[in-house]
Amino acid sequence: MKLLNCPHIGLRPVSEFSYGGEVTTEPDPIVSDDKDWADYVFNVNGEPGIRREWWHHGPSGIWFILERDTRTDTVVQILDSKDAVGG
Amino acid sequence: MPFRLLKQALRKNKPDPRFFKTPTELQSSYDVVIIGAGGHGLACAYYLARNHGITNVAVLEQGYIGGGNTGRNTTIVRSNYLTPEGVKFYDESVRLFQDLSADLDLNLFYSTRGHFTLAHSDSAMRTMRWRAEVNKHYDIESELWERDEIARVLPFMDMDCGGQHPVLGALYHAPGAVARHDAVAWGYGRGASDRGVEIHQKTKVNGIRIIGNQVEGVDTDRGVIACKKVVSCVAGSTPRITDMVRLRTPIDIRPLQACVSEPLKPFLDTIIVSGSLHVYVSQSSRGELVMGASVDRAPLHSTRSTFDFVEDLSDKMLDLFPFLGGVKIVRQWAGMADMTPDFAPIMGTTPVNGFYLDAGWGTWGFKATPISGKTMAYTIANDDDHELIKPFRLSRFAEYDLVGEKGAASVGH
Repeated sequence: MKLLNCPHIGLRPVSEFSYGGEVTTEPDPIVSDDKDWADYVFNVNGEPGIRREWWHHGPSGIWFILERDTRTDTVVQILDSKDAVGG
Repeated sequence: MPFRLLKQALRKNKPDPRFFKTPTELQSSYDVVIIGAGGHGLACAYYLARNHGITNVAVLEQGYIGGGNTGRNTTIVRSNYLTPEGVKFYDESVRLFQDLSADLDLNLFYSTRGHFTLAHSDSAMRTMRWRAEVNKHYDIESELWERDEIARVLPFMDMDCGGQHPVLGALYHAPGAVARHDAVAWGYGRGASDRGVEIHQKTKVNGIRIIGNQVEGVDTDRGVIACKKVVSCVAGSTPRITDMVRLRTPIDIRPLQACVSEPLKPFLDTIIVSGSLHVYVSQSSRGELVMGASVDRAPLHSTRSTFDFVEDLSDKMLDLFPFLGGVKIVRQWAGMADMTPDFAPIMGTTPVNGFYLDAGWGTWGFKATPISGKTMAYTIANDDDHELIKPFRLSRFAEYDLVGEKGAASVGH
């Protein structure tokens, strides 16, 4: 079984994790129009390559960010969510 | 060597001609270029030639005919969807499929089996009732079956699924069928080729030329082609094509895996699907069980198949059919599926003049092969979306007018 290295509790089976979508920047809801908002909500960068994604570890309830190569399903880098989004 | 055998070897014209002509050179221009020679691309070429008289068409394929998702699906054909848009569209497809062997003069082994979608919970039963009512409204044979009725026709199935997920009922769809998927691509390819369409295999599209907002040509690894109309029929590679015309879409690529067992004596004459267990299974004419599950957990541009998939699927299969414990899995594979947020395709005209999309086919593409070809051919010939595919236009996302097709297979709802 494939393992994923959770930043908080280490190597766990990948079945404990769920994918939460690409990391994107939310446009300002006050100034953005419907078209920009739809683009943010629905459209994705579907090109193969390395991209930043939200992942969730179910048992511990922790969200974090993965840099993953979508051609090979290999993890490039694991980031704590607060490091990645500066929160 | 007996003379009659030798005579066959020396004959120039073999009794069975090849399925398609193999054109050697690309022309410098075509009226329409179709990217992707799978079922959808070839069906589109066929109906362009047959229904609209447009034969100066090239179908470009980077691999070989039907080598993508056309040859990787589990061949199920049905129309028992949930939304009126989906039901009308897929119903037309089933009707076309029913006459397709005669139409293409090729035995597609189209086999009407009946299709059970099992419900293991009250909420699933409610959805099945809903689907049955929508289907009946559009004159499609679908009905809700109670647990006892199912047990009578499927006596070998464990109705309690090992005690964990008892079957409460099912949506039964009599027209549900399976077909030989490669033959669908070959049949459409031959029909198109006979009418003058050129099918160029091993020809990769590297770019699409746009001047102003109008498609003017296609760059391939075998040279440049001038054309005013290009349609993308590349399940699983759509984002690479839409990037060439700088179009953003909600399509994300996820692998959908499937496998077959060793051949068994025929015992399963219907198609069985369980949304809760994430399993669908039918028995092929060779006796193999053809099985699939849900799409992978995250996007991936690869056709790798995993041990996790076989392990999980086999476990679920034993819930339904405990006697299969000793049966071996002999092949597994994956296809790249264009997933959309509302489990409906993205079809028709786009903001770029002359660029048409036949995409977003997720886990529901094979059953739509005839109707997608027919409606896309209409759309390209008239430069106007066919009535049946208007709900599937790309602009529905910007208009917040999604389809919400919860009748799609192999996706969690």
